[in-house]
Amino acid sequence: MKNADTLINEGSSNMVLTNIESVPGMRVTAHFGVVSGSTVRAKHVGRDIMANLKNIVGGELKGYTKLLQEARDTAMERMIKDAEALGANAIINIRFATSSIAQGAAELYVYGTAVKLQKSA
Amino acid sequence: MEFLLILFLIFLGFFAGSLNEKIHYRKIAEEEMKGRCLPLVSFQKEILYGKRVEEAKLLSGSVVVSLDYFKRILAGINNIFGGRVSAYETLLDRGRREAVIRLKRDAAGFDAVINLRIDTAILGGKVGCIEVLAHGTAVKYASNAGG
Repeated sequence: MKNADTLINEGSSNMVLTNIESVPGMRVTAHFGVVSGSTVRAKHVGRDIMANLKNIVGGELKGYTKLLQEARDTAMERMIKDAEALGANAIINIRFATSSIAQGAAELYVYGTAVKLQKSA
Repeated sequence: MEFLLILFLIFLGFFAGSLNEKIHYRKIAEEEMKGRCLPLVSFQKEILYGKRVEEAKLLSGSVVVSLDYFKRILAGINNIFGGRVSAYETLLDRGRREAVIRLKRDAAGFDAVINLRIDTAILGGKVGCIEVLAHGTAVKYASNAGG
């Protein structure tokens, strides 16, 4: 079972992410400021045709759910890379924002505060 | 001819849409029963005070839902007279509950989810097409046996 120590000592791929202002059981030793990642995605023509058909009967548009999820993952990756470059081992207080900037295109933006954590005694 | 097509779409939207919604609501109720044991709160402090937290992780669940053709027209008519637009109420309700269910599904192995936030975004161009994102921090308590 992973404990707090290994969580911190493992590579940066194991960056701790939370949307609260701290990480329970840990102490923040340094702040590196805001890090962010964003991506703009346009719809796929094939998916758009399917979505238009699905729009008649309503319900979940699975193609779009997947598309936005992938885009959000990309934005998160960019944010994590940003934090890694600063030498942080956690990002706290993460916020998501979605804006439709044009017909058929959406921007997904993720931002948070990069910090260095230490296990609190 | 065009009129007939619109009429057909309205009927198709009405029947398929209602059926779709009924099935979706039944599924939602089932899944909510399955996930009811996991505490989910919207504040930041860990619940069950005094317990040590061993692991924290950001979780999210999202869904894109849209209105059917009939309800889109119904909502348009509702817009003229004002008042409750029940077509949109059920759409938002379905979206939010489904997003929370997906978040809980990811929380397997954790003891609680804190600071739940739900965001709703309108997807450009399409009327009655929304994306709901639920995100929160899952926490796992340190077991007493392990110290």
